[in-house]
Amino acid sequence: MRALLYRDLALALRSGGGFGLGLAFFLIVAVLVPLGVGADRTVLARIAPGVLWVAALLACLLSLDRIFALDHEDGSLEALATAPIPLEAVVAVKGLAHWLTTGLPLVLAAPVLGLLLNLPGAGYGWLVLSLALGTPALSVIGSFGAALVVGLKRGGLLLSLLVLPLFIPTLIFGTEVVKRGAMGADPLVPLALLAAITLGSAALLPFAAALALRVNLR
Amino acid sequence: MLLEARGLACARGGVPVVEGIDLALAAGSALMLTGPNGSGKTTLLRTIAGLQPALAGVLMVAGEGAAYGGHADAVKATLTVGENLAFWAEIHGAGSHLAALAALHLGPLANRVARDLSAGQRRRLGLARMLVTGRRLWLLDEPTVSLDLATVALFAGVMQAHLAAGGAVLLASHIDPGLDAGRLDLGPFRARSAGVLFAEGVA
Repeated sequence: MRALLYRDLALALRSGGGFGLGLAFFLIVAVLVPLGVGADRTVLARIAPGVLWVAALLACLLSLDRIFALDHEDGSLEALATAPIPLEAVVAVKGLAHWLTTGLPLVLAAPVLGLLLNLPGAGYGWLVLSLALGTPALSVIGSFGAALVVGLKRGGLLLSLLVLPLFIPTLIFGTEVVKRGAMGADPLVPLALLAAITLGSAALLPFAAALALRVNLR
Repeated sequence: MLLEARGLACARGGVPVVEGIDLALAAGSALMLTGPNGSGKTTLLRTIAGLQPALAGVLMVAGEGAAYGGHADAVKATLTVGENLAFWAEIHGAGSHLAALAALHLGPLANRVARDLSAGQRRRLGLARMLVTGRRLWLLDEPTVSLDLATVALFAGVMQAHLAAGGAVLLASHIDPGLDAGRLDLGPFRARSAGVLFAEGVA
């Protein structure tokens, strides 16, 4: 299992692995929004939580189809399916590797982009916390979607259509945490719900994803 | 018996391909599946590997299961030869990948990035994975594709050593792999419904 995690991290960091793409995308979206909306600071401050969360969500989406598609193409997925580690663990580890290479950099970069969008000072801590709690759910839900479309030619677009609706609860509670935090209100209820979504999907979805992989490998 | 199948029927894409297959493989024995393209060699191997369920029949694979070497080599292009093999060794809990590296004469290529390998070298790396699985039953789907004659002979030696160590090999091949193996022609086991579908397709 640790070998699989290290391999996936190494693959992501090597040339063509796609590490940094999501982060660059996140950066560009967050820079484009003030250019499009205009430099009205009160408007920016109001939309900053939503913009940052939508940008993070789209940046996560960018690299989802690589989770299983590459392993399926080169036969690694079949070899992993016949290996002594359970396929559920393979899914969980690959989801974790996806989060470490995509979600975690977003969490770390978010405060800088909050500055660009004039996020109120009280919101920064909640922004980082909500992304740290919420982006793992994006990776886990995304790996379930990737397992569903593995083996399909150009499944990336279909994957986006499948997965984006499933991201909605995470998005709603994630932005709510930041909004309330920025306004100085109590964000604990949406924060707890956000954590519940992450824990629930991390506990259940690897099983569903492994089932989907087994069907798609037939 | 490392492998035993009775009345096994397999489907590909929902269409029955072969049926009524009886086979048994003891430690130290090898069996070669032959038959024209589409006769179900790959389907049978994938079913035995556990990648797809059998339509009917009884299938028993001893112990921890089989090592499956399919058409694709399970090689990561951006990792080196050594890293690729070490990964599979660790996944299967094998101690060291160096013996497997040496057995297929991959030692000098250990630090080469797999992207730069020739097709035959990549195949050798794919076959070396069989050694690090530590599994006794090997299922090989056309293992000699893109290998030169010397490497075919080298791999025959590897398979013979595996058999001598109490392993068993079931392989699908169109050419003689240089192994003292029984043969099973899948032609007569074509599923009747597959024949019907085929005839309809022609008409």
